[in-house]
Amino acid sequence: MNNLKELLADGLAQINAADSTQSLDDIRVQFLGKKGSVTTQLKELGQLPAEERKAAGAEINQIKQQLFTAIQAQKTDIQAKELNQKLMSEAIDVSLPGRAVTKGGVHPVTRTMERIIELFSQVGFDVVTGPEIEDDFHNFEALNFPAHHPARAMHDTFYFPDGHLLRTHTSPVQIRAMKTMKPPIKIIAPGKVYRSDSDQTHTPMFHQVEGLVIGENVTFASLKGVLSQFVNAFFEDDLQIRLRPSYFPFTEPSAEVDVEWKKGDGSIDWLEVLGCGMVHPNVLRSGGIDPEKYTGFAFGLGVERFAMLRYGVQDLRNFFENDMGFLSQFQS
Amino acid sequence: MKISENWLSEWVKSDLTTDELMAQLTMLGLEVDGVEPAAGTFSNVVVAEIVACEKHPDADKLKVCQVNAGSETVQIVCGAPNARIGLKTALSQIGAVLPGNFKIKKSKLRGVESHGMLCSEVELGLSQESDGIIELPADAPVGTDVAEYLNTDDQIIDIDLTPNRADCFCIKGVAREVAAMNGLAQTPPSITPVASSINEQVSVQMQAVEKCPIYISRVIKGINNHATTPLWMKEKLRRAGVKSIHPVVDVTNYVMMELGQPMHAFDKQSIQGDLVVRMANEGETLILLDESEAKLNDSFLMIADEHKALAVAGVMGGLDSGVTAETQDIVLESAYFDPATIMGKSRKLGVHTESALRFERGVDVALQAEAMERATQLIVEICGGQVAPMNQNADASQVPASQTIQLTADKLKRVLGFDVANSQVTQIFEGLGFETQLDEDTWTVKTPSWRFDLAISEDLIEEVVRVVGYDQMPALRLHSTDAIRVIPEELRQDSQIKAHLADLGYQEVINYAFVPAKQLQDLGVEAGSITLANPLNKDMAVMRTQLLGGVLQNIKANMARQHADLSFFELGKVFIEDQGIHQQDYLLMARCGLNQAEQWGLGSRKVDFYDIKGAVASLLGEVALSFEVSDAAFLHPGRQAAVYMHGEAVGHIGQVHPSLCQKLKIKQEVFVAVLDAQAIKSVHLPLWEPVSKFPSVRRDLSIIVKNEVTWKMVQDGVKKALGEDQALLKTLSLFDVYQGEHVEKGCKSLAMALIFQEKNRTLEDKEVDNMVSKAVSYLTEHLKAEMRS
Repeated sequence: MNNLKELLADGLAQINAADSTQSLDDIRVQFLGKKGSVTTQLKELGQLPAEERKAAGAEINQIKQQLFTAIQAQKTDIQAKELNQKLMSEAIDVSLPGRAVTKGGVHPVTRTMERIIELFSQVGFDVVTGPEIEDDFHNFEALNFPAHHPARAMHDTFYFPDGHLLRTHTSPVQIRAMKTMKPPIKIIAPGKVYRSDSDQTHTPMFHQVEGLVIGENVTFASLKGVLSQFVNAFFEDDLQIRLRPSYFPFTEPSAEVDVEWKKGDGSIDWLEVLGCGMVHPNVLRSGGIDPEKYTGFAFGLGVERFAMLRYGVQDLRNFFENDMGFLSQFQS
Repeated sequence: MKISENWLSEWVKSDLTTDELMAQLTMLGLEVDGVEPAAGTFSNVVVAEIVACEKHPDADKLKVCQVNAGSETVQIVCGAPNARIGLKTALSQIGAVLPGNFKIKKSKLRGVESHGMLCSEVELGLSQESDGIIELPADAPVGTDVAEYLNTDDQIIDIDLTPNRADCFCIKGVAREVAAMNGLAQTPPSITPVASSINEQVSVQMQAVEKCPIYISRVIKGINNHATTPLWMKEKLRRAGVKSIHPVVDVTNYVMMELGQPMHAFDKQSIQGDLVVRMANEGETLILLDESEAKLNDSFLMIADEHKALAVAGVMGGLDSGVTAETQDIVLESAYFDPATIMGKSRKLGVHTESALRFERGVDVALQAEAMERATQLIVEICGGQVAPMNQNADASQVPASQTIQLTADKLKRVLGFDVANSQVTQIFEGLGFETQLDEDTWTVKTPSWRFDLAISEDLIEEVVRVVGYDQMPALRLHSTDAIRVIPEELRQDSQIKAHLADLGYQEVINYAFVPAKQLQDLGVEAGSITLANPLNKDMAVMRTQLLGGVLQNIKANMARQHADLSFFELGKVFIEDQGIHQQDYLLMARCGLNQAEQWGLGSRKVDFYDIKGAVASLLGEVALSFEVSDAAFLHPGRQAAVYMHGEAVGHIGQVHPSLCQKLKIKQEVFVAVLDAQAIKSVHLPLWEPVSKFPSVRRDLSIIVKNEVTWKMVQDGVKKALGEDQALLKTLSLFDVYQGEHVEKGCKSLAMALIFQEKNRTLEDKEVDNMVSKAVSYLTEHLKAEMRS
C-alpha cells in the first residue's frame, strides 16, 4: 500500500510541475495510459487474494480519479496562462492617436443664434425671416419713423440709388409678420442687418434677433419677465436685468436692457444688451392690427454682443475675419 | 450734453450724491455716458498778485516776479509770456500738490531762487491747452484758495440724450426732471427784464412764417467792447464744453446751455435796411463764421437783410455780420425755427453746431422772450449798453400747439400689466409740469410747451412708468398659448444643413454681403450686381452676386496664416437685379489641401472632385440625385458637373478654374459646390417597403473600356441590358478603377459588384448567370468593353 501512496504523491507532484499541455499529456500517459503505472496496478489486482481485491481496487480507482482531476485542473490553468501570453504578445500602443475624422463646426454667430432660437422656440415663438434689401416703408415708415426724423439719422443707413436700402434692423419683419399673421402672434426673426459704421465696436454688417408678441394681456411687465427669463437661460446664470427708459420710434414705452455683469475683479457692471418696448399703436396700425384690441411687445438683440459675452470674445471684428485659429475654437 | 453738477444744483438742490444723481438720470431715460471732475485735484494753490516783474539776469525767456500771496510776498521765476505787474493769477506755494501728484518744492532756475510756481489752466487740470498763466479777475481776493474761488469741486456729467428728449438739452430741462423725480422745488435764477432806454428797432420781414413762426429781435447799442467775460461764466461754459469767444457770444451760448434757446447776435452795422427771414435762393452762397463757404439752395432758411444773406437760420451766422472786438451796437435774435427745416442742414454744410442740434430736435415754443430777457440782462451786466424794446414777430397759428391727451386707468393697466394708484399718476403728471385733470379714472392732460414729443396716451404711460421706475415694475410671466406647432418634416432647416456639413468636417464662415466690384469682375459674375449709393469704402461697394469670392478670400487669408488644408461652407444671401431685386439663399462648400491632416494610420492625399461630390451626396441624400457634365465658366472645363435633384438643377460642383485661382494668387486646387439653398431644402418623407427574407446573390464583373466611357454609361448600359429584370438588381457598385500595367494606354479597368435579390423567393444561379451574361454582351457590343479574367 505504501507503494500506492507514493505513486499518488509522485503523480500529483509531477502534474503540479507541468508547464505545458504537452508535458501534462506525457504525465497522463505515464500514469493513466494503457501501460501507465496506475493502469498496471489495476491489471495486477487479479494476483491479490480475493478478500483484498475489492478494497485495493477501490483505492486504485480513487487514485486514478484524483490524478485525472488534478490533470484537468492543471490543464485549465496552463491553457489560461498560454492564452494570456498570446494576448500579451498582441499588445498595442494605446497612446497612438485615433484615426482622425476631420472636425468642422458652425460659426460662433450661428451657434449663438441657434441657441437663442432654441430658447424662444421652447415657449412657442415661431421663426420668421425677411429680406435684407428692404424698402423705406418697411424699414422706417411703417415703423413710425417720420421722414426727416433724427432717429433715421442715427441708423447710418446704406442706400441703393433706386431708394432701396439694406435693412438697419430686423424690425421690418414685424410689419411683414403682422400683415400675414393674425393675433396671437409670437415670433422671433433672426438675420443680418447693416449699418454704415465701422470701428472697434461696430461692423457694417451684424446679426440681430427680433422678437414680437401681440395678443391680449401682453404687457410691459410681461416683456420684462420674458427678457429676464431669457437672459438667465442664455447665460445659465441668475443674472439681474435692468430696464431703463429709452427711445425707439416703433415702441412706446421703450427701454434699453442692461445685464448685471460680474467683472473679473468681482465688481459689477451694467452692460447694455438689447432694446425693447411696447409696440407703438401706429406700428400696429401699419401692420393692420387694431391697437384698441391688442397690445404687443417687441425686442431686438445683437447676436454678436451675446456671443462676445458668452464666449469672452474681446474683438467684434474677429467674427468676420474668418480665421481658422478663431473659428476652430467653437468646434465643440 | 455735458452738465456741471454745481450748475445743476443752482437750479435744484438735492441731497443726492453724484453717483445717486447719475443713476437717477439714467433711470429717467437721460442716459449718463460718463463723468469727469471739472478740474484736477490740487492743494495749496492761492490767488496771488504779481507786484514786481523783471527779466531774469541769465535767461531771455524767464522773468523774476515778486508775488503777493496775502500772508507773504514770495519770489517766483516764471516763463509765461503774460506774466506782468498787476496780474492776479494762481500761485502754487511750496508744499502744493498739483494734478498728477506733482509736488512743488523750492528750486533754483539759472541761479535765481523760486518759491513756488505760477500756474496755467493746463497745470491745474482746467483745460487741455493754454498759452500762459491763468488770468484771474482784478477783484479776485489775494490769498484765497483757488479751488474754492473757482468752485472746482464739481463733476461734469455727460448725458446721451435720445432724440425725443430735446427738452433736456439745457440745465433747466434736466433740473425739471430731477425736481419731479424727487418732489423738489426748482430754484431758477431770477430774470429781471432790463428797462429799455432807447427806442430803436430793426424791422423784420417774415417771409417764411411756416418755417419761422417766431422771431424776436432786440437792439442793444453802445456796448463796452473792452469788457471781458466774467470768470464764473467762462468756467460754466468750459464745463459745458463751450469755448469762450466774445462776451456777447458767450452770453448767447450761456443762455442756450441754461435755458435751451439757441440765440444769435449780429453786428448792427452790417445790417442794411430790414431783416428778412426767407428761404435761400438757389445757388446763393455765404461765408460762415468758421470761414467756410456755404453753398445753399431753396431748402435752407436764411436770415438776411434787404441786400444780402446774414446767417443760415439755426445753423451758423455769417462771418461778415458777426460780432467782433470792434462791435458797439448789436441785434440779438431769439427765434423758433421749424425742426424739419433745420434737420440735416448742418450735415449738408459740414458744420456741426450746438444751435443746429437743438433746433433740429425742437425748441420750446414758449421760451423765446424769456431767453431774450435773460441774455439782455447778462449782456448789460457785462458790457453795459442801451437797450431797445423787443421786436416780437410771431404767428401763433403756425406754432405747434399744445396737445390734450386722455388716458384711462384701464388702458394704463392694460399696457403696463400692473397697478399704479390714481393719486400717484396724477402726482407724476403734475410733478412734470403737465396740466392734469382726473375725472372718473380718466386723466386729461394738457402737454407743456417743452414736451412736444407727447402726443398719444402711450406717451403718457411711458411718463408714468419712467417716474415710477422701470426697476419697480414686476417681471411677469407671459401667458403662453399651449398649441403644438407643426414642424414640417419634409423641409430641411438651415440648422440641419449646417450641422450636417460641420459633421462632415466643414467649417462655417460668414462674410460681408458687400464686396469690391473687382471681385465680381474677376469671377465674371458682375451681371445683375447692385451697387450701394453710399458704401463705406470701395471694398464694400457692391452686393455679392455669389458666395464664391468671399470664401476664396477666406482660403487665401488662411493660407497666408499657415492653414493649408481647409474645408469651408457659407450659407447666405446673394443679390441680383433682374427685373426686380432677387435675394436668394445660397450654399457654398469649398475644400483645398489634404483630405485630412497627415497621420500615422491613414494615408493623406490631396482633395479632389470626388471628395466634394461625396459630401454633396451625403448632404442631399443619394435619392434622385444626379450629376451631369456642365460648362460653368468659373469652373475647370473638364472637372465640373451640374447637380440635379429630382431632375431640377440645383447648382454645380467642380474645381475652381485654375486661371481664376492664379488671378487670386491661390496656389492650390480648390473644389467647390455651389447650391441653391432654397432648392435643396426639400427632403422626402421615408416610405416603408417590406424587407426581403431571401438571400441576395453577388457577382463581380471586371471590364476594360476606353477612357471616354464614363461610369454612368456603364451603369446605364447594365440597366438597359437587364430590361425588365433591372428591378432585381439591388445594387451596382464600383469598387475599383485602375489604369497602368496590364491595361492598354488610353483604357481603364472598372471592377463592379452586381447584387441581385428577389422579394419573394431565392434566385436560382441560372437566372443570375443569364442576367450577367446579358449585361456582358451589352457592354461588349455597345461600349466595346473587354472582359478581364
